This record gives sequence, C-alpha cells and structure tokens, in this order.
Amino acid sequence: MDLNTVTSITPARHRDDLRALAPDVAPLAGGSELFASPQAHLTGLVDLQTFGWPALTVTRDGLEIAATCTLAELSRLPPEPGWNAHPLFLQCCTALFGSFKVWEVATVGGNLCAALPAGPMTTLAAALDAELLVWRRDGTDELLAAADFVTGNSTNVLETGDVLRSLRLPTSSLRSHTAFRSISLSPVGRSGAVLVGRLDSDGGFVLTVTAATVRPIQLRYPSLPEAAGLRRDIDAIDGWFTDAHGAADWRQAMSRLLGEEVRQELERKLQAA
Amino acid sequence: MKLLVNGAPIDAEPAPGQCLRSFLREQQQFDVKKGCDSGDCGACTVLLDGTPFHSCILPAYRAADRAVTTVAGLGTPERLAPIQQRFVDAAGFQCGFCTAGMIVTASTLDEGDLAELPRLLKGNLCRCTGYRAIEDAIRGRGAACGTTSGTTSGTPCGATDNTTPGTPCGTTCAATGDTTPTTADTAEPTSTGAAHGRVGSSLGAPAGARVVSGQEPYTLDIAVPGLLHLGVLQSPHAHARIRSIDVSAAESLPGVHAVLTHADSPATLFSTARHENRLDDPDDTLVFDRVLRFRGQRVAAVVADSVGLAEAACRLIVVDYEELPAVFDPDQALRAGAPLVHGDKDAAASRLADPGRNLVAELHGERGDFEAGLAAGTTVVSGTWQTQRVAHGQLETHATIGWREDDGLVLRTSSQVPFLVHKEICRIFDLDPALVRVFTARVGGGFGGKQELLTEDVVALAVLKTGRPVQYEFTRSDEFRLAPVRHPMRVGVTLAAGADGRLTALGLTVLADTGAYGNHGPGVLFHGCSESLSLYSVPNKRVDAECVYTNNPPSGAFRGYGLGQVVFGIESALDELARRLGIDPFELRRINSVVPTDPFVSAQGEGDDDLAFGSYGLDQCLDLAEAALARGNGAVVPDGPAWRVGEGMASAMIATMPPRGHYSHVSVTATAEGRYTVRVGTADYGSGTSTVHAQIAATALNTSPDRIDFRSSDTDEAGYDSGAFGSTGVVVAGKALLGAATALARELRQLASGRTGLPAHSWALEQGGLRSGELFLTLAELAGPDGVTGVGTESGAERSVAFNVQAFRVAVNTLTGEVRILQSIQSADAGFVMNPAQCRGQIEGGVAQAIGSSLYEEVILDGAGTVTTNVLRNYHLPQLADLPVTEVYFADTADDLGPYGAKSMSESPYNPVAPALANAIRDAIGIRPFELPMSRDRIWRMLQP
Repeated sequence: MDLNTVTSITPARHRDDLRALAPDVAPLAGGSELFASPQAHLTGLVDLQTFGWPALTVTRDGLEIAATCTLAELSRLPPEPGWNAHPLFLQCCTALFGSFKVWEVATVGGNLCAALPAGPMTTLAAALDAELLVWRRDGTDELLAAADFVTGNSTNVLETGDVLRSLRLPTSSLRSHTAFRSISLSPVGRSGAVLVGRLDSDGGFVLTVTAATVRPIQLRYPSLPEAAGLRRDIDAIDGWFTDAHGAADWRQAMSRLLGEEVRQELERKLQAA
Repeated sequence: MKLLVNGAPIDAEPAPGQCLRSFLREQQQFDVKKGCDSGDCGACTVLLDGTPFHSCILPAYRAADRAVTTVAGLGTPERLAPIQQRFVDAAGFQCGFCTAGMIVTASTLDEGDLAELPRLLKGNLCRCTGYRAIEDAIRGRGAACGTTSGTTSGTPCGATDNTTPGTPCGTTCAATGDTTPTTADTAEPTSTGAAHGRVGSSLGAPAGARVVSGQEPYTLDIAVPGLLHLGVLQSPHAHARIRSIDVSAAESLPGVHAVLTHADSPATLFSTARHENRLDDPDDTLVFDRVLRFRGQRVAAVVADSVGLAEAACRLIVVDYEELPAVFDPDQALRAGAPLVHGDKDAAASRLADPGRNLVAELHGERGDFEAGLAAGTTVVSGTWQTQRVAHGQLETHATIGWREDDGLVLRTSSQVPFLVHKEICRIFDLDPALVRVFTARVGGGFGGKQELLTEDVVALAVLKTGRPVQYEFTRSDEFRLAPVRHPMRVGVTLAAGADGRLTALGLTVLADTGAYGNHGPGVLFHGCSESLSLYSVPNKRVDAECVYTNNPPSGAFRGYGLGQVVFGIESALDELARRLGIDPFELRRINSVVPTDPFVSAQGEGDDDLAFGSYGLDQCLDLAEAALARGNGAVVPDGPAWRVGEGMASAMIATMPPRGHYSHVSVTATAEGRYTVRVGTADYGSGTSTVHAQIAATALNTSPDRIDFRSSDTDEAGYDSGAFGSTGVVVAGKALLGAATALARELRQLASGRTGLPAHSWALEQGGLRSGELFLTLAELAGPDGVTGVGTESGAERSVAFNVQAFRVAVNTLTGEVRILQSIQSADAGFVMNPAQCRGQIEGGVAQAIGSSLYEEVILDGAGTVTTNVLRNYHLPQLADLPVTEVYFADTADDLGPYGAKSMSESPYNPVAPALANAIRDAIGIRPFELPMSRDRIWRMLQP
C-alpha cells in the first residue's frame, strides 16, 4: 500500500548513508513487510538494496547470506558438496505465508527483522546456529547468535540506526542432517508451529521451536535424546502463544508431536549412517 | 522515472512511498486491482520483466527502467491470450475482480508447475468460485469434462449443450478433479438440450472477454478530472461521546477542501441496511453521530486532494472524548444495568423492541403444545451451538465516487441495491429523486455486504459540501473493522421424537449479536428462524429469539441471511437424534421434512401466506446425495492410525425470494439498429444474473445474446428494482424481463400484422426480424426511429421454495485436529436450471464459502470491541489448497412460479454445509462439535481427555 507519510527515499551506497536512520526513518529491503501495513510514523526510508551486497557467498567457513538476499534467490541456491542441510532452505522458504511472488521481494534479513513468530528465516537462521552480523549505529560491528535476535512478537535486538548486514551459516551446520516439520490451521496457511531438528557430525542434537512460541526456543543435547526426555523438555518451554493462527495449548501439543517426528526422522538417519 | 507498461513508454514520478499498484492505476492502468494492499490476495499481480509480483507491496520507484506487463498486456478482448481464453472457456471467474491477477500469475506457470498449484496459487484469492473452475482454466480443460455421473432421477449438473459441444458445460468431474468421470454409472442428460445462448444452455458471461483482459471497468476504474479523496477519522473507543472536536488545523492544511463532522450531518436517522421496505430495519444511524458506539465508527471525514492529505488532516483533528461504559457480550447486554448502546432512541420512532434493554428485535412463538410434544417423545436431544463472525471477503472493497451533474448528484458505487441507495440518499439529504442518480459499474462481489449504505452517504455529503467529485474507498482493514459481519448466534435446539423417528417437538432459542447498529438485525433473526423451522413438519414448535445491541462492530446481511447459523444448530441436533434412534440421517429427514401437502409452519404461525410449493425436489436431493455418498469417489484415506473417517449430511430449505415484496420493472426495446436494449435495474455482483438475463431475452425473442444490449443497475437508465439480494436476480428481475420480452414480441407481431394484414399469430420472431411464410420484416424497419418497447413488472407476491442437501466424507486426524474432506457432495433443487455451468459455479462457490466458515474463518475481537484479524493474512479466506471439488447434482423439477420453471440458487448452497461437516466430524471421532469454526485447534482440544 502507499506509505503516504514517506517523503524521502535515501539510496544507501555507503555505511555512512545509514546515519539517516531515525525513529521516523526506517531501513527498507524488499518492502513486502513495510508496504503491507500502514506506517504513519515514518517519513523516510533508507533503501538497503542499493548497497548491492552480493546475495549469497560461499566461503571457507560456510555461507554468507546478505540481509538483502531475497527468498527467491535463497531458494535457487544450488547445494555445495556435503551440505546435508541444504533442503532446509527451500523448506523454510515454503513456510513463508506469502506466495512465491512474495519470495521475489521478501528478504532474508527483512524476515528476521520483522521478528514475527512464524518468520521462516528466523527458523532457518536459528536452526543452523547462524551468526548475525549487525552494523551498529555507532559504526561498530557485532556478531549475534541468531536465536537471540528475535526477542518477542515483532521485537528484536536492533536499536534505531542499527542494520542487520548478513547471516553467516557455519559449514558445520550446513553439513548437519536436518529434519523439518510444520503445521498450520490450514494446508498452506501461516505456520502455527515450525520445528527443525539438527543432528551434528559430533552427534549433538539441536531442536529449534519457532512459530509456536513468540521467539525461537532451542533445546540442545549432546546426543539424540529419548522420546520421553524430549517431550518433557518441550513441555517445559515457556512462551506458547495464542493468535489467529492457533491456540497456545494446540501449539504446545503440536510441538510435542512434531518434535517427536523430528527426533524419529533423525534417529532413522543416524541408524542408516 | 521511465518504464514500459504493456510496451508503451511511461515517464512519470511516483511519490517516494508509493507502491507500484497505485502508481499504475494513476497511469489509468485500471486492470491492476486492489484487493488487500498487503500482498495477500494477488489481485494486483503484474509482471516485471516477466516475473510476477504483487504490485501493492512493491515500491513504485523500483519499476524504473523495467517493463511492466498487466493482464491487459497479455491480450485484448478481440485477441485473447490462450490463458485468457481458457478462463473464458472454463467459466473461471464469477465477479471477475480477482481474475486479472489470477491470469497474470497463471501466465507464468508451465506444465511442470501444475502439480504444485495449491502452493503456487496460495497468493491468489477468489471469493466467488471455490477454485474448481479456475483450476480447470489453468489446466486447459474448459470443455473437456464429458458427461457426468448422476442417477436416473436427477439431472446431472451440466448436461452437455447439444448444439455447441465444446461449450463449457459444468459437468461433474468428481472429487479428484480429474477429467475422467470417476463413477461408472453415467446417465444420459435428461434435459437442457438447449440451443446455445438460450435458457438451459451454459452461456458464458457476456462480459467474459473484457473481464479476462482487464477491460471491464469496476467501480473505481474511471478517471475523473479534479477528483478529491475522502479520508475518515475513526473512533478509538468502543463507546464514547464527543465532547468537542477541533478541526481548525485539519482545515488549514493546504489541499484540504472540507472537514465534515457531526455538525455537518443531517439529523435524519436511517439504517445502513437497505430493504424494499425501509421500515424493516431500525433507524439508528446518522451520517455522523456525536455518540460513537463501536471502534472504527466515523468521527469526522476530510475531503482533500489526495488520500495521503486526507489521512494527514485526520491526524490533525483534535477530539475530546467522554468515554462511556460499554458492553461486548450479548448476554450481559440484556441484563439489568447493562450499558445502553442506543438508550437515547425512541423505541417506536426507531422501531426497536426495547432500547432500554439493548433489545433490537425479538421473536417468541409457539405452535401446538411444545411441552406436551416434549413429553410425548421417547427420545429428547438438546444442545447449544455457537457461530462466529464471518467477513464477506469480497475482493472489491466498498467504494463510491460522487459528483455533481448540472443541479444533480451522481453516485457511482459498489452496491447490490442502487435503487434502494437512491431512495435513502434522497431521504437523508432531502433531495429531489429526479436530481439524484445512483449506478454501478461491474461489482466485484458482495454476498450481502453491499446491501448496505456504507460509503454513499458520506460521499454524498462531501459532494454536496464541496461541489467537487469525491471518492471514498474502503481499505481491506476497513472491510474487517467497519463493514458488517455475519451475525454471531447462539442457537439452542431441543428435539423430541418417538421411536419411529417422527418429531413430536422442535424448540429453538436464538441470541444474535447485532453489534452497535441494528442494520439487518431483525431480518436476519426472523429469516434465520423461518425456513429452518418450517422445513420440518412437527406438530409442536416453539421459538424464543432475541437480537441485541452490543458495542461490537455491526453485523449485517450475509449469504443465507441467518439460516446458516440456525440450520447449523437444527441439523446438528437432528443428526444427534438420528444416532440416538438408530435411524439413518437421510431417512430421518424423509420422515420429517415437509411435503407439498403440508403447510409451512414456523413457530410464529402458519407460514407466510405468500409462500407456496411451486415445485418440490427435496426428495430427489436426498436420494441424489445419499447415492453419491454411497457410491464414494475412490478418495484415498490418509495413512496411519491417527486418522478416523466419518460421513455426515444436512438439509436446508430457502424461500426463493424475500418476503413482503420485491419489485422489478424491466423494459425491452427493439431499436432502429435492429437490436434489442434491455433495461433492468438489478445489479450483478458476480452471481451471473446478467448472463441468465441475456439467455431469457434471447429465448423469448428467439435471437442470440449478442443482439441484446443491457442498461443495468442505473437509476437513470432502468426501471425501479429492489436490487440484488434474497437471491432475486433470476426469479424476480428475470421474470419481469421475461414479461417485458414477451410483451415486446407480442407488440412486434401486432405491428407486423398491422403492416401486412396477415394475422399476428402467423408472425414468428427470428434473428433480426419477423417472418410469416415467405414474408420477412426486419426488426429495424418495424422498430422505426423511436423503437418499440415492451415492459414487464414483477412484485414478488408469490414465493416458492428451493432445497439443498450437502453430504461429506471426511478423515480427521486425532493427533492434530486436521479435517480432510474426502468427498463433498451437494444436491440442489434449483427448478429448471437456466445455465448449468453457472449454477454449478454458484453452488461450488457457496459450498466453498461455507467450508471457509466451517473450518477456517473467524473475525476475532479482543473482548473489548477491537478486531484483531483486520488483514487477510490473519483472516483465512479459503485458498485453492483448502477446498475439495464438490460433486453437484440437480433435482429434476420445474417451478410453477419462476421464469421457465427456474428457482433461485445463490444463497442457499451455503446453508447446509457447516452442519453436514460437523456431522461427518462427529461420525469420525465420536465427539460432536458445537462451535464454528471447527478449526484444527478446536477439534484437537475436543479430543483431549
């Protein structure tokens, strides 16, 4: 929709251009979130796309995803040898409520910054223990654990003037085996629970719960847990919530159910290996 | 910036925060529609360098130096692109408002994508069709269905059109949507061997080629020089009085032309609901009221050069509110001491049952002796069912453009009832009816939501105040907050029956929350308790129903008009009774349903005198649905121990038109050009009325539809018509049209006789003229320069009844609460089926909408009057992925009252769906749902110990 109070767009080409950011001047990536609801508090936008950040860079340490990388670009990234977690990219893109046409504009960073419980890029980043590079307003850089980025329903750690620059997915996570489960109140509706399990090469297991809780919750184990233990730990999670996409008690129950499915899938993989 | 739009260079600067959608519309690219403005519905889809985007969430400046293609760029009405032609062939649209974006999206899909249609089309919402026809269009099987399964007693939907094989026929392609009929016992079509374009054939929409190429204008698809825009300041409080309001800062903002408040409002109370008889609804509304009774109610309006300026000016208005106690629960609203929503109203003047108790309307009645009937039964069932708020979700939001013309006022509006809007606008503003014109362009869906006066009054005031053309367009969030919703109802049902299954007592209690205003409150309550009760022949009936005010957003008219809610209770209770008695649910209906020898008995009394069995097809509907369910469809039950399978059914009856009169005055003129001009006042908001009208005229005048021009839905162009509600487009306006065309045919024969001396009866109408033996007179010479006109009127004095039976087979996942529909069947008694493909589409669309109400949709409030589901991403309109293909069967009947034996079939398919689905779920899991929607979390919770 038209953002009628916005009177200026600053194309960002240098980090200095971000100084224009203010309580009434927001960073703009794809626009699918900003332009989808009224933003009467904004008078300006700083366009991050003009930075021209390379969307996806395979490095020795893993994969660097620019915050401005679109979901469409991410979904098309071919796998590198040994990237067992690669299917998770498409799975998480498909978990976006928006259509494949929205993938063309929605960005990985924008999805994280929107900080919705059902943000599938939050799922992806947290599940793979991504490090997030944040450009702080004062010119410093900061690396954050992805799971700590979202702090609540639509809130994150960024202060005014800060910008999420990129996500770094470590090779160790990309080589892990993952299992993905999601459910919503309708066949392809907005997610009510999205769970990703990750089985690392050292045998460690991480279960990431998103969409069912207001922020990502991770359960970590040195090795694949027994069903009962996992179930107990999922039950102990605090932060199930109710909205139009599912009641808290159902979300908790679905997390128990899907968490166990994830555990079993990875157990089969472990046995096969 | 420079860009190409459909190959043409454009050089224009967008505003910094402008989205591409509005920029393109500013360039008069009106085929780019607004459905949601939030990237959810897909109506605005365009290609950018060949890639599809939701243009409403794309910053306009990013289109610089790129090539934009809209649906108009894919093909023209004369040279449709193949994908556009396929949408015409498959009747892949009804109102057509989603179609532009649907086709642009579909144009990017290839063969390999078809398996993923549910995912790929989740960003394209259609509220009319139920998607079966859209999927057929995309798969290119518009006409390929072949004959259909059915039984010998029923006319299968879409008997093929004999003269033009290849016409989309609406065959029953069964639940898999495969092109191969899935059942073996195909039956020969038993009727509708109609010539193409005549009644009984599956004529496509006359506007089809224009709709699929984006050339058919809707309400706002017009460039009006000097147009101003209206923005509204909405109440932040659920109940408040305006102590003072300071508009000076707003008024002094450059570009602001007027600020309107309660000081500018006429003092005339009215209702936003529009009925033939304006006394049907309570007069409780002002254009601007000093008292605000729900969050979102108009406080003030700004008329400015742009929407942005109007919004900015609204933010400058300073209001001092005195907050008042509010009530949100309909039970509490009736209690002594509850805050009074309209305590200031005079009961008699506003026609309210008791404003001192928030009581808008009530209905108490008994036939026979209910208590005795209860005692006489060997089995008694009772329960309480709760329905939710549902949004119409029509893709075109409410909108009006108004302007001055000479001394008069013109309103171009998205309405089902232009003539009723005309009458009430004249009343509110004390205007000479001759100086006011109200008309519609093509209307992008309504479903009852546009049987209201929501935008026209304030536009009229703004035009009268400024003298300038003014536009007011609802946002999608306005639709959720301001436009009325389906009345939520608590429905208590008590049934008693003997061991033979014969009902001895039927009792009903209803509590309806009409919200802050009483629009449609009484009508929905009365209608909800009418055909639902009179469907069953029970000696002892009792009803106690109440409709109350609260400080929630208003409820209003919605497809089925209360029946869906009450039928949910009654048909669920009947299912429970069938279980307790060990009687098959179809059989229980056969034992107790009215038959033509019975009177219609509601609890108020012995029926409406004007209601009659013009035909009766319920018996066939029950047989058809039962047989289809028994036959099955080969659908595979999902694997695993968590799944349980069940079957359920429900019936519904509806009167074929509203009570107490529905009027239509139609004329047909033979013109000097040798064509016919039909003037008919009713509106077509996607139900296909105009298509059937073309068929009626073509049949009565023995010509083809392309010889007939329409002047519709315009108070200056057509005779009075009560409008498009109560399923009247065919049975009232269509009947009046048949009368007019028949009168014209008679007149033409007389004229021919007068010219030649040959007897009138020897003359027969042909394409382009009249023939008697070897003699042929052209229509043009008979019509002469002034033309010849026949008129027809219909008053709705007599009403018939139509029936629908829905059946489902479902699988329910007991671990997640998921309901998967394995088979969906609806049989319908539509009388003579005027247009099988279109009628099938109406039924599919009604079932789809009802599945939405049953499983997914709910306008959720926070308990204090705030709508929390105010965007489409939080209010789940069914997507392609959510819906089964419904098998449609028609009873073979012909009605004594309707034109050519037709009956209405637009609201009624909705009504039996929720209880049929609830009954199937009950059958599957052993627990009965009492609440809508039967969402996965609710079903899951029912299953917990």
